[in-house]
Amino acid sequence: MITKRIIPCLDVRNGRVVKGTNFKGVADVEDPVKLAKLYNKAGADELVFYDITASLEDRPLFTGILKEVAKEIFIPLTVGGSINTLNDFDRVLKAGADKVSVNSGAIKNPNLINEAAEKYGNQCVVLSVDVSRVNGEYHVFTKGGREDTGINALDWIVEGEKRGAGELVLNSIDTDGVKNGFDKEMLGVVAKLISIPIIASGGAGKMDDFVELFKIKGVDAGLAASIFHYKEIGVKELKMYLKAQGINIRV
Amino acid sequence: MIGIIDYGVGNLFSLKSSLDYLGLESIVTNEEVVLKKADRIILPGVGAFKDAYDKLDKTGLIPMLDEMVKEGKPLLGICLGMQLLFDKSYEYGEYIGLGYISGDIIAMRDIINDELKVPHIGWNELQITDKSNPLIKYTNDGDFVYFVHSYMGHNCEEILVAHTEYGAMVPAVVSVGNVYGCQFHPEKSGEVGLKILKAFSEI
Repeated sequence: MITKRIIPCLDVRNGRVVKGTNFKGVADVEDPVKLAKLYNKAGADELVFYDITASLEDRPLFTGILKEVAKEIFIPLTVGGSINTLNDFDRVLKAGADKVSVNSGAIKNPNLINEAAEKYGNQCVVLSVDVSRVNGEYHVFTKGGREDTGINALDWIVEGEKRGAGELVLNSIDTDGVKNGFDKEMLGVVAKLISIPIIASGGAGKMDDFVELFKIKGVDAGLAASIFHYKEIGVKELKMYLKAQGINIRV
Repeated sequence: MIGIIDYGVGNLFSLKSSLDYLGLESIVTNEEVVLKKADRIILPGVGAFKDAYDKLDKTGLIPMLDEMVKEGKPLLGICLGMQLLFDKSYEYGEYIGLGYISGDIIAMRDIINDELKVPHIGWNELQITDKSNPLIKYTNDGDFVYFVHSYMGHNCEEILVAHTEYGAMVPAVVSVGNVYGCQFHPEKSGEVGLKILKAFSEI
């Protein structure tokens, strides 16, 4: 039977992985190729790269890194960050991405999902949504969680699936960075609405958070960044632990 | 040299990179003269069956493939490329395939229950039924490979080399003579996948 997936996420800025995007300290950095190799060796099931480089001038640098990783690591690679057009899809797919994650680009132009799914297949289009609770409703946020679009997140997720997204990354802003577990309530609600795979993001702090996560029916994968980067939890160690807990995991 | 058929479906970067990584000479092309010089051929593919078949047909390479299969030149179909090797597919209609492998391609949804998600995306275990097959000489029972598909082979028990469980027995590796097919993506299946590509290069 298919396994639950553990997915480290690498935020790449100016050619380096930013370790922890909190506002407190100076961001520590790491070579993305080195880190990707490390995670691959540890048994990561996929890797996600987010291009958080602000200026357009640095784009070739990002695809350069992607190519370097894709030439040596043969597990699925998802790429996101400033994906607004089919040309952006084309650019990262040619550099070795297998899936492309769309977020605010799809909010601005929902047809991007349809067009990309038609051109590259549903499996290639990952809808990434940043969600927070506002007056008892789930709202879609953009700009790294700073801007409330006022859009109902549940409606948007259902629409995204209908338009052809093949997977969903659900980032809960409410649990992100708190390291007190994934947003089980939000994930449970969303899982009842859609049938595409759900990748949970935001809140992982300890190994048992993943055990709890995979108890939610309909959640397929757990994504995390800083806990892996800071070696608070090892990918391999986590996978062994989950397997020992009776969760179906590739080790 | 391994010829990778480029007929405009899917991303061939990883496949080419994985062969490069293994030190295997390969070329991505749709030129018949080049492919004829290759000593083995890979037919990749993602997307929908009919669209892919039509695109392959347009390249004019099908008669060459027929000839190569008759001659016994090793051919490996990957994912949709594997499905194209079958007699026919019921994806959005009923369409003929290349007919090198007897069997049909059917919707997974038709035989698995609603509890399981379709597409079948992720890592799943191989259960080997024909251990003597050269494509899996470096592969072990229980090895994990990466799948992404909504349709699957059917009525092909006799040519099954390995399958996986996903609410049904899903054909994972099939083979008839020197024609081989993998439903999963060896170029995305880590070390296990690389070993399968290496084995193909040694057939």
